[in-house]
Amino acid sequence: MRIVVDRDKCTGLGMCEAEAPDLFEVQDDGSLKVLNEQPGDGQREEAEAAVMSCPTEALTLVED
Amino acid sequence: MVAERFVVVGASLAGLRAAQTARKTGYAGPLALVGGEVHLPYDRPPLSKDYLKAGDGPEDPTFRTEQELEEELGAELRMGTWATGLDPARKVVALSDGTELEYSALVVATGAKARTLPGTEELAGVHTLRTLDDAVAIRAALETGARTVVVGAGFIGSEVAAGARKRDLPVTVLEALPVPLVRSVGEEMGRACAALHRAHGTDLRCGVKVTGLTSDDGRVTGVSLDDGTTIPADLVVVGTGVAPCTEWLADSGVTLHERDRGIVCDATLATGLPGVYAAGDVAHFPHQLFDGQLMRLEHWTNAAEQGMLAARNALNPAEAKAAMGVPYFWSDWYDSRIQFVGVPQAEEIRVVSEELGEDKFLALYRRGDRITGCITIDRPAQIMKYRRMIMKSATWAEALAFAGVS
Repeated sequence: MRIVVDRDKCTGLGMCEAEAPDLFEVQDDGSLKVLNEQPGDGQREEAEAAVMSCPTEALTLVED
Repeated sequence: MVAERFVVVGASLAGLRAAQTARKTGYAGPLALVGGEVHLPYDRPPLSKDYLKAGDGPEDPTFRTEQELEEELGAELRMGTWATGLDPARKVVALSDGTELEYSALVVATGAKARTLPGTEELAGVHTLRTLDDAVAIRAALETGARTVVVGAGFIGSEVAAGARKRDLPVTVLEALPVPLVRSVGEEMGRACAALHRAHGTDLRCGVKVTGLTSDDGRVTGVSLDDGTTIPADLVVVGTGVAPCTEWLADSGVTLHERDRGIVCDATLATGLPGVYAAGDVAHFPHQLFDGQLMRLEHWTNAAEQGMLAARNALNPAEAKAAMGVPYFWSDWYDSRIQFVGVPQAEEIRVVSEELGEDKFLALYRRGDRITGCITIDRPAQIMKYRRMIMKSATWAEALAFAGVS
């Protein structure tokens, strides 16, 4: 499982960080840093919640 | 016995999320999504932001195509149809086309409609901004270089003002209160937001009362004030708040709030009528994280979270959970982003940025010995950290320590 951010859509609103602080962190300039691009299955639920919560639909989970 | 059918009335964000969640959690029965607008479900935040920007045609805010919706939801879509009544004894929703929908579980997500200036509804050039059709009309007016007057210095009106200024158009914002946004963020914070208007050439006038509009041949020409002046205008945008859409529930037995006629729910968003839950802008609920304070929130995140929760609870009432999301909203003005988490009613508000001599605004809100709110302007890295603190009922001392003050 891999997290993909569409940088054109992301505006750094931070909902993903609220859902999954181990995976996402908004930076001072408003850009999003993915802390762990390939989370394990143990983090699937919070990764999915983060994807679902994004107001700009900038996040997707890709199964490799 | 009523046939099994999950019905969602209201097809904006909360309603869409309710329908999606029903399928995601394994509900396989009949599902109907009823929407009063003719459009498929669409996203509202862009309407007062990117949608108003100059340049090529704005991006379509529709969430999903009809085909995508059908594949994802397998739902009966009833767009352009609004609910006209609810009979809880027969468990049916009456619709504007004369038909009825039987439900076994129902989520009411009818949202709210923008308040207008009485008597000006027919005047060309006067708009509210709530729907896609409103945004199309306002964008068209901005394209023609309209002199813009915004009535109400709330978030929507302020975003419209910012959009017009970005096009270099003359903009006046009229606010009845001495300081804008006092109810949503507090006085000092309202002043900090107001400063953004003035820094960008918007003529913000507070403590003024609109007495009427002037017009010529059915088209607005200006806004008259109680001091006798008239401000010339080609476009007037009224941003004076919204009212929950609940007229159709008047005789249903649902409890409506005496102040605004929103639906009064319990903490699990249940309305008290069997099988009927509410979500989003229409719903009052006691927030357990804030001493059971009854609140009705008009935020994107609230609509999304409550839509999901109301569906889960309606389909599985035995395991219903309380709505616990920490309120969060954002607003984009000029090149700045205002972000707020928590609740604004507080016993103490500390403007931390001022104490530290920092330019970028940050204030913390306290109730008892807990942090219960935070507002920032252009500090995107910090706001969610405070949101998590509020969610975990962190102490005031912890929040101050994190902020770097004592």
